[in-house]
Amino acid sequence: MVMVKIRVEQLNLQYSDGKESLRDINLDILANTITIIFGPAGGGKSSLLRVFNRLNDLADVKVISGKVFLDDMNILDPKIDVIALRRKVGMVFARPVVLPMSIRSNLTYGLELAGEKRELELDEAIESSLKQAALWEEVKDRLTEPAVSLSGGQQQRLCLARSLALKPEVILLDEPTSGLDPISTGKVEATLQELKKTYTIVLVPHSVQQAARIADYAAFFLQGELIEKGVGKELFINPKDKRTEDYIMGRFG
Amino acid sequence: MEIIKAIKEIYKNPNSSYSRIIRQKLGFGFLIITALITVVPIFAVVIFILLKGLPAISWTFLTAFPTDGVKQGGILPAIIGTFYLTIGTAIFSVPLGIGAAIYLSEYAPDNRWTRVIRIAIINLAGIPSVVYGLFGLGMFVLFLKFGTSILAGSLTLSIMTLPVIISTAEEALHAVPQSFRVISISVGATRWQTIRRIVLPQSLPGIMTGVILGLERAAGETAPILFTAASFFLPRLPNTPLDPTMALPYHLFVISTQVPGMPVKIQYGTALVLIIFVLGMNLIATTIRSRARAHRQW
Repeated sequence: MVMVKIRVEQLNLQYSDGKESLRDINLDILANTITIIFGPAGGGKSSLLRVFNRLNDLADVKVISGKVFLDDMNILDPKIDVIALRRKVGMVFARPVVLPMSIRSNLTYGLELAGEKRELELDEAIESSLKQAALWEEVKDRLTEPAVSLSGGQQQRLCLARSLALKPEVILLDEPTSGLDPISTGKVEATLQELKKTYTIVLVPHSVQQAARIADYAAFFLQGELIEKGVGKELFINPKDKRTEDYIMGRFG
Repeated sequence: MEIIKAIKEIYKNPNSSYSRIIRQKLGFGFLIITALITVVPIFAVVIFILLKGLPAISWTFLTAFPTDGVKQGGILPAIIGTFYLTIGTAIFSVPLGIGAAIYLSEYAPDNRWTRVIRIAIINLAGIPSVVYGLFGLGMFVLFLKFGTSILAGSLTLSIMTLPVIISTAEEALHAVPQSFRVISISVGATRWQTIRRIVLPQSLPGIMTGVILGLERAAGETAPILFTAASFFLPRLPNTPLDPTMALPYHLFVISTQVPGMPVKIQYGTALVLIIFVLGMNLIATTIRSRARAHRQW
């Protein structure tokens, strides 16, 4: 059965500096799928992701209206528990940023913030999240080493594992492989295919090719507007809108 | 002769590669000389005082009271006094300064009000120290009736030190990558948790460096304690923060200008102890900074 995990209704967003914005976005994101948000830079992709876990609270937002539901909860409601929301909706950024602490502490950081002190629980979360992120075999004997000692690809998978350790429901990925070599990228993409069985994945790809490779569903954004959305394969093979086609064919970008 | 030839060449063919290289060499030479000129006096002062002052240093000099109208004996009360004043200044200025820096760097929005605060802090740093001394006299000694005391002197020195601590601490906080904060928030940390667990530990060495440099300046100042804390001569060590105290910089000022027939040896000995006190703090600050740099994970 198909279940809507995130429902975006009439979302409008504008920053104070007038730079990037979203206009009248309506979008359903289905549970246990990979939904790709793609389009040229400045289209509002990252802004949309940052709405989903309210990271936009840190930015200078001028206008935000509409409704965004995670299950039945309106994310934009100022009264909701933002901390709880962020634990449910994890985020992985373009540049792998590991916190200046050990590999282990990077993974337990979020759990400890939430008051988890039991060693057994923490160890279990570390192992399962690292296994899910396909990193366990590479780091299991060096968990106490500084996380910066890992390679770029390993750091990005550690960032993914850091989100997974919180046992979220949704994982947002903003160009997670833009700084990675093809082998690491392949590993991350394969991992995502595994992860969607458990999680709902929303991803901003770093190329159209990547979008086409992994999309279950896709939405094309251009200058703050949602131009076209649909099932991944169809949208990439047979786009309805001329602008989508032009972008996919590489006529602009 | 070589030089004259070169100058002639530059004059005749200013754009030939030979004369361009010569001009570059002259430029570098000039810059090296300016660098040397700035460094030489620092070494000269330290070496001069070391040579002149070292003969005065003895166990008695460091541990005895002055005798014979401060012309003989030691400078113990001045050393202890400067130590007390530095500690007192730290007690007030460190928590206040770091707190203000955290507010400005982590919480305060960038608006007119916070810009006014920042400008005030910068200007506070530019006020002559004797003006702080007068303010301390009016505010702490007379109005709050602390009298000439370690307390009044420490408070006065604290106000003088605050801008240094605030601006260096703010700089240290700013140096922590913004991405760490975003990551921390995104895994469900509150702002305060982010500050306490990530930002403060990462910026602590930088903050400590600023604190020590600020306190070092306080330890060496004469004017702010002139009217608020310092005493010409005291037969005993201060017992409470409300007692006046002797202090190294003020003692040096007194024995250099106010005491006829003062042995030069003791003057330089006192200067040497003060310089060691201040440079020692500087050394600690530098060590903290370079160690932290070596261990930094970003």
